[in-house]
Amino acid sequence: MALVKSEELPVRLEQDVVVARQAVRRLAVELKFSLVDQTKMVTAASELARNTVVYGGGGTMRCEVLIDGGKSGLRMTFEDQGPGIPDMTLAMKDGWTSGSGLGMGLSGAKRLVNDFDIVSEVGKGTRVTITRWK
Amino acid sequence: MDRIPILRMGKFLLVSIQVDMHDQLAMTLQDDLTSMIERTGARGVLIDISALEMVDSFIGRMIANISGMSRILDAHTVVVGMQPAVAITLVELGLSLPGVKMALNIEKGMAYLRAQRAAEEGDGLNASHHSDDGEAGYGTRQE
Ligand SMILES: Nc1ncnc2c1ncn2[C@@H]1O[C@H](COP(=O)(O)OP(=O)(O)OP(=O)(O)O)[C@@H](O)[C@H]1O
Ligand SMILES: [Mg+2]
Repeated sequence: MALVKSEELPVRLEQDVVVARQAVRRLAVELKFSLVDQTKMVTAASELARNTVVYGGGGTMRCEVLIDGGKSGLRMTFEDQGPGIPDMTLAMKDGWTSGSGLGMGLSGAKRLVNDFDIVSEVGKGTRVTITRWK
Repeated sequence: MDRIPILRMGKFLLVSIQVDMHDQLAMTLQDDLTSMIERTGARGVLIDISALEMVDSFIGRMIANISGMSRILDAHTVVVGMQPAVAITLVELGLSLPGVKMALNIEKGMAYLRAQRAAEEGDGLNASHHSDDGEAGYGTRQE
C-alpha cells in the first residue's frame, strides 16, 4: 500500500470543521469519488471533526491518499489529547450522547465508510481513523 | 457572513441556505427563525437546502428543531430541494428526520404551505379572507 499524499489540518475551532469538510471534498473530487461517496466521506469527516472540537478539546485531522493494488482510497485520522472515552460500547451506540447531540456521530460515521477504527484512552485522548476506497 | 437572511412573503418566511454553515451560524438561523415566526405571526416556513452539499447530525438537528418549534408556534415548515446524494447519506448516517416535511422544489413546497394554510382557514369559524402575498399584518394573528 502506497501513501501518495498526506496533509494535516488543525481542528480546534468550529470554523475548522468547515475547513475540514472542504479539504475532504477537494481530495474526494481529486480521487474522482462518485458524488454519493464524496458526500459520505465529507459527512463522516464533519461528525468526527466536530467531536474533536467539542469533546476532544481540539486536535488535528490528517488526510491521506492511498493506492493499494489498483484501488485508491482516502484515509482520515482525527486525533486529540482530550479526556478520552470511558465506555466505548456506549459511545458507539446509536443515540447515545454525553452532551446534547443526537448521539449519531460515531455510529453514523462508521456506516458511511469502509474502514473505521477508534482508539481512546481516558486522560490521554482519542484517535479515529476512517477510510473509504474507490 | 454571520447570519443567513430570512425573507418575509406575506404569512410565509423563506430561507435559502447558500453557504457551508458552521455550527454557530446554524444555531443563529434556528433562533432567528423562531423569534421571527413569533414576531410576525408567520404561518409557514420554507427552507431551501438545494445548495447544501452535506447535512450532518448537527444541521439535521437544526432542521428538526425548526420544524418542531414552528409547530408549537402554529406554523408549518417545509424543507425543499435536498440533493439526492445528501438524502442517501443522511439515511445511512441514521437520521430519518421524523416529522419534517420535505418537498422536491420550491414550487411544491409553497403549494404545501398554501394548502396547509387554506385547510386551517377553512376550519376556523370566523375565518376571514386574505391573501398570502403582500399582507401587511405585521405581528398580528388572524384567529
Ligand atoms: N474525541 C472525543 N473525545 C471524547 N469523547 C468523545 C469524542 N468523540 C465522541 N466522544 C463521546 O462519544 C459520545 C458519542 O459521540 P457521537 O458523535 O456519536 O454523538 P454526539 O456527538 O454526542 O452527538 P451528535 O454527533 O449526533 O451530534 C459523545 O457524546 C462523547 O461523550
Ligand atoms: Mg458527535
